Amino acid sequence: MIGFLRPLVAIGLALAIWQGIIIAFEPPRFIFPSPSRVAETWWENRMLIAWHTGVTMSEVALGLIIGVTVGCITALTLATSGFARLALKPILVFSQALPVFALAPILVLWLGYGMGSKIAMATLIIYFPVTSAFYDGLMRTPPGMLDLARVMGASPRRILWVVRVPAAIPSFVSGLRLAAVYAPIGAVIGEWVGASNGLGYLMLLANGRAKTDLMFAAMITLGVCSVILYLTTLAATNRIAPETQSKRL
Amino acid sequence: MTLSVHFQGSATHQGTPLFRGVILDLRAGEWTCLLGVSGVGKSTILRLIADLPVHTTFDGSITASDGEPLSGRIAYMAQQDLLLPWGTVADNVSIGDKLRGTRPDAARRDDLLAKVGLTIHAAKKPSELSGGQRQRVALARTLYEGGDLVLLDEPFSALDARTRADMQDLAAELLRSKTVLLVTHDPTDAARLGHRIAVMTADGLNWSDPPTGPIPRDIDSAETMQSQAALLKTLRAA
Repeated sequence: MIGFLRPLVAIGLALAIWQGIIIAFEPPRFIFPSPSRVAETWWENRMLIAWHTGVTMSEVALGLIIGVTVGCITALTLATSGFARLALKPILVFSQALPVFALAPILVLWLGYGMGSKIAMATLIIYFPVTSAFYDGLMRTPPGMLDLARVMGASPRRILWVVRVPAAIPSFVSGLRLAAVYAPIGAVIGEWVGASNGLGYLMLLANGRAKTDLMFAAMITLGVCSVILYLTTLAATNRIAPETQSKRL
Repeated sequence: MTLSVHFQGSATHQGTPLFRGVILDLRAGEWTCLLGVSGVGKSTILRLIADLPVHTTFDGSITASDGEPLSGRIAYMAQQDLLLPWGTVADNVSIGDKLRGTRPDAARRDDLLAKVGLTIHAAKKPSELSGGQRQRVALARTLYEGGDLVLLDEPFSALDARTRADMQDLAAELLRSKTVLLVTHDPTDAARLGHRIAVMTADGLNWSDPPTGPIPRDIDSAETMQSQAALLKTLRAA
């Protein structure tokens, strides 16, 4: 009960401070709208917001699926091949040194204004955390377990699937949790750079037209969706790897 | 016929000799105890016999009495239980089959779990067991492998005194007729379990006379205790 109430108390407090600022400073509506105004705008534009939310969350979901899949394949390749480590690792590190923000305009140029460039952004932004977390886990199998498996006459492939991959699950899970947080950021950056749909596009559009209340409504919707995505991922990963169970937010 | 093994050779670590001209015979059906302080190279000998990676350069030979390779005939047990935390106790006992891609023998597994007294814990995860119980699972897993040569690397070192004594009894009983190499730093292990005892020092192996009587020898027999004290003295003098 207490655990359920805590976030509600925090949200209530934030709304009270927000309303307090409005009452104290009376900022113009197009600069800082009141919570009630934002709620009203959200309700009036619910269909519009729902549509754009659908677009953004589809980009996020596809980006997550592709990013996690490619990340896992990369980690497995790196973990099993010395040649891959030699050839791929420097490229991987360098690619991570490039800010994804800088890549966004090029991706839009190549993949267009549609969902493709946003999915690519979400994929790129989560690829490295997933790869690096899973790879670390694969390389940190307790050495004694590997000794035991060798004495038992297991092939490297068997050792990988029976010992190394399961032992790496907790690390993979922390990568996955990071990915759930990063993926919406990637998609929204993509939408900012150039899009005709999505919450990022809606925010930019509303902002440009001084519809700050709509911008707030879109932003809060994005925040809520991201938190739901994170909590869902947390619940799912706690089931796969109960030993990694972390405290909720 | 049980297996005996002849080990001889020298090892260097980055140019510095670790041990020189060591000759170690593991006699068929007997426990050979290799006693020594940490870092003397006793685990390296065990790892070389098991064909596990070592950080040393080895110059010598390891031969089985029948001239066949040793691989596939070795069971290995270490200080850590090395149980896979995501598998059940039963899964862990027969993990060797899963690792080789062969079908587990459930009857054999259950029989071994009964022998180590863990039948009621078969479906539990290792984290639900005590340290002593976990090491009993490791012993059952070692027996499941059915190797004629059993290599034990400090298997009792992480256990409390009472559990350790119980494990020594159980291991002696269940590994009867196997050829065993027990690497340990504890004179009690050696005095209770060694048919033959070698104290390893920087100068090589010093064979010392084991107490008489079958293993496991009584903890409180005068002879065991004297032997234990003598071994400790040798260790300290080295």
